[in-house]
Amino acid sequence: MTQLPDGRFVDDAPYDPDAALQELERKDLDAPNWVLIWRKFKTHRLGLISGAFLLICYLLLPVIGFIAPYVPNQRLSEHLYAPPQSINLFHEGEFIGPFIYPMTSKADLETFQWVFKPDLDTPRKLDFFCEGKTYHIAGLIASDTHLFCAPKGATVFLWGSDRLGRDIFSRILYGAQLSLTVGLIGISVSFVLGIFFGSVAGYFGGRIDWGINRVIEVLRSLPELPLWLALSAAVPSNWSPVAVFFIISIILGILDWPGLARSVRAKFLSLREEEYVRAAEMMGASSGRVIRKHLIPNFMSHLIASATLSIPAMILGETALSFLGLGLRAPAVSWGVMLNDAQNLASIEIYPWTAIPMLPIIIVVLAFNFFGDGLRDSLDPYQQ
Amino acid sequence: MPILRYALYRFGTMLLTLWVVSILVFAIINLPPGDYLSNQIAELRASGQSAGVAKAEFLRGEYALDKPLWQQYFIWVGFLPGPHGFSGLLQGNFGWSFEFDSPVAEIVGDSLWLTVLVNLAAVVFVYVVALPLGVLAAARARSWVDYTSAFVGYLGLATPNFLLALILFYYGHRWFDLPIGGLMDPTFEGLPMSWEKVKSILIHLIVPTFVIGTSGASAMMQRLRANMLDELGKPYVETAVAKGMSPTRMLAKYPLRVAFNPFVADIGNLLPAMISGSVLVSVVLGLQTIGPTLLTALKTQDMFLSGFVLMFVALLTLIGTMISDVLLVLLDPRIRYEGRKA
Repeated sequence: MTQLPDGRFVDDAPYDPDAALQELERKDLDAPNWVLIWRKFKTHRLGLISGAFLLICYLLLPVIGFIAPYVPNQRLSEHLYAPPQSINLFHEGEFIGPFIYPMTSKADLETFQWVFKPDLDTPRKLDFFCEGKTYHIAGLIASDTHLFCAPKGATVFLWGSDRLGRDIFSRILYGAQLSLTVGLIGISVSFVLGIFFGSVAGYFGGRIDWGINRVIEVLRSLPELPLWLALSAAVPSNWSPVAVFFIISIILGILDWPGLARSVRAKFLSLREEEYVRAAEMMGASSGRVIRKHLIPNFMSHLIASATLSIPAMILGETALSFLGLGLRAPAVSWGVMLNDAQNLASIEIYPWTAIPMLPIIIVVLAFNFFGDGLRDSLDPYQQ
Repeated sequence: MPILRYALYRFGTMLLTLWVVSILVFAIINLPPGDYLSNQIAELRASGQSAGVAKAEFLRGEYALDKPLWQQYFIWVGFLPGPHGFSGLLQGNFGWSFEFDSPVAEIVGDSLWLTVLVNLAAVVFVYVVALPLGVLAAARARSWVDYTSAFVGYLGLATPNFLLALILFYYGHRWFDLPIGGLMDPTFEGLPMSWEKVKSILIHLIVPTFVIGTSGASAMMQRLRANMLDELGKPYVETAVAKGMSPTRMLAKYPLRVAFNPFVADIGNLLPAMISGSVLVSVVLGLQTIGPTLLTALKTQDMFLSGFVLMFVALLTLIGTMISDVLLVLLDPRIRYEGRKA
C-alpha cells in the first residue's frame, strides 16, 4: 500500500485486467466462453477431481517404464502366481524405511500349487533410482533407471505375479498405455465420421439427409459387440501387435459415430436457418467454409463433452474383445489381455489377484463418466 | 385403425432395415481373406489327402462358393436360385456349418429360444428394478436412497459385464448355493419341457439376468429419475400438493404417467447394448445361447454359421425396438402415426 502525494492509498499489487473475470460472483456474463465454462466446471467437485486424475494418468503414460519396477514381459520363472507383497516400514518395531520380506516358493506336491512363504527375519530395503531392464521413454529414448526395484535376491510384486511369473503391477501400468489410448483413437475416428456425416446431413438436408439418417438408424439398432467381434475376427492373425492395435481402435470408432452424427445433425437443422449463416452464404462462402467456420464452432464444446462420455464404452469394448481373445493379443499388454488370465472361476478362487486389472478399468471408466458429466453441466454457462 | 396402420408401417421399415443388415452381415463374414473351404482345400492339398479335397470341392459347388460374391449373397438370402433351386434364409435354409459338419439349423436349435428367454428375462429385470428405484430416487432426491442408488448405478455402468458375471457366480455359489454355469441342470438337456426343467432353468437364470440387466437398469433408473424431477418441479404438482393429496397418490397419478413414456421408448435404445451384453455374458458363463456359438464360428471362419447368428441377433434387436415403438404410440396419443416427411 502506498500513499500518493494527494493522500490517496493505492494497492501495490500489479493490475491484472483478467482478474475480474475469474471471480465467481461476477454478475455480468460477457466474459469469453471458456472462462465461463471453467468457472462453472470448477464448482463441479467430482468432475474436477476426475479430470485432474485423468490428466495425470495420460501425462504419466510416456514415462510408465520409469515407475514400473519390471518390464511387461519379464518372466521370473521361480515365482509363478506369487501373491501380492506389501511394502513395510517397521521391522520388529523399528523404523528402517520401505522394505519387503523376500519370499521363497515351494511346490506343494498334493495340490500341485506353489506355496509362497515370506521370510520374516530378513527385511530387504527397496532400491530407489536403481538400474533395471532397459525400457524406452515415449518409445524413443532408452533408459534403464527405475523409480524403485526389487532388492537383490528378492522380488517386489505389489499386486502379485501371473501365470508366467510376470509382475501384475508393472503390467497394469504398461497396459494403461494401450487401454487408455484405444479410447482416444477410437473417439477421434468416430468424431471425424460423426461430424462429417452429421453436418452433411443437417446442412444439405433433402435426399442426402434421408440416406444418412437411414444408415444411422440401421447402425444404431444393431448390437455393437457381435459386430465388433465379427470385424475383429477378420483381422489377419499374422499382423504385428501395433497394426492390430490401430485396426481395433478404428473398428471401435467405426460403430460409434451414429450417435454423434445424430446430435450434430439435429443442431445443424436448427442452426442453418440463422441469419449469420444466410449472411455468410450471401457473401459467397462455400458450404465447406460455412460448416467449418460458422456452424461447427457453435457446438464444438458440446461435442467434446459427448465424446468424453463415449470413451468409457470404447475402453470397455477393447477389454471385452481382448478378454474373448479377438482383440489385442499377447505380447501386447492391455487390461483386457491381462484379464484373459482371470477368465475362469478357478483362477478367481485360487489366485484372486489376477483379477486386479478390473480395478483400473472401473476407476478410469468412472472418472471419464464424472468428467464428462461435469463438462456437460458446465457447457451452458448462461443457465443458472 | 391408425394404430394398426402405424404397426404395419413400422413392420415394413423393420423388414427394409433387416434387408440392409443382411447385406452388411454378408459383407462382414466375407471380410477375412479366403473362405473356410478354400483354406481347408489348401491344407488338404499340402498334406496330400485327395479324398478330403474332393469332398471340400463338392461342398464348394453345393454352397455356390465358386460363384461371384454378389451371386453368393443373393443365393444365401434366397433371392436367386442356388445349385438346388431357391433355398436361402428366406426359405428357412440357414446353410451348412463347415466346422461342425452339419446344418446350421441343427447346431443353433434350442439355443435360439434360450437366447430369447435370457434377453426377455433381462428386460423384465430392468423394468422391475428401475421403475421403483427411479421413482423412489426422484421422490426422495438428495437423500441417502438417491445417493446409494446413484452410486450402485454408476458402479454397474463402469464394471465390465463379464467380470461382474464371474464375481457374482462365484459368490452366488458360495453364499446362496446357486448353480454354476449353464442354463439348466445337465440331466435335463434334450428332455421335453417339464415342471422340474422349468424350475431348473429359472434358478440358473438368476445370475445371468442380474448381470445383463444391471447396466441397463441403472441407465434407465437415472433417466426415469431425471424425468420425474423435471415433472415434480411443475406447477400442477404444487397445485396437487396444495389440494392436500397424499404424496403417493399424487406421484402415481400425475408425474409418473408423464415420465413413463420415455421409459417405454428407452428400452428400444437399451436393447442393442443388452443383447450385446448377453452374448458376452453367455460366453463367459457358458450359457447355451448363441453367444458361444458365434464366438467359435467367428474364430474358425465358419461363415454361414456366424452369418446366421449375426442375423438372428440383429433380428431380435429389431423386433424389440419395433415393439417398443408401437407400445409408445399406444401410450402417448401426442405422437404422430405417420413417418416424418423428409
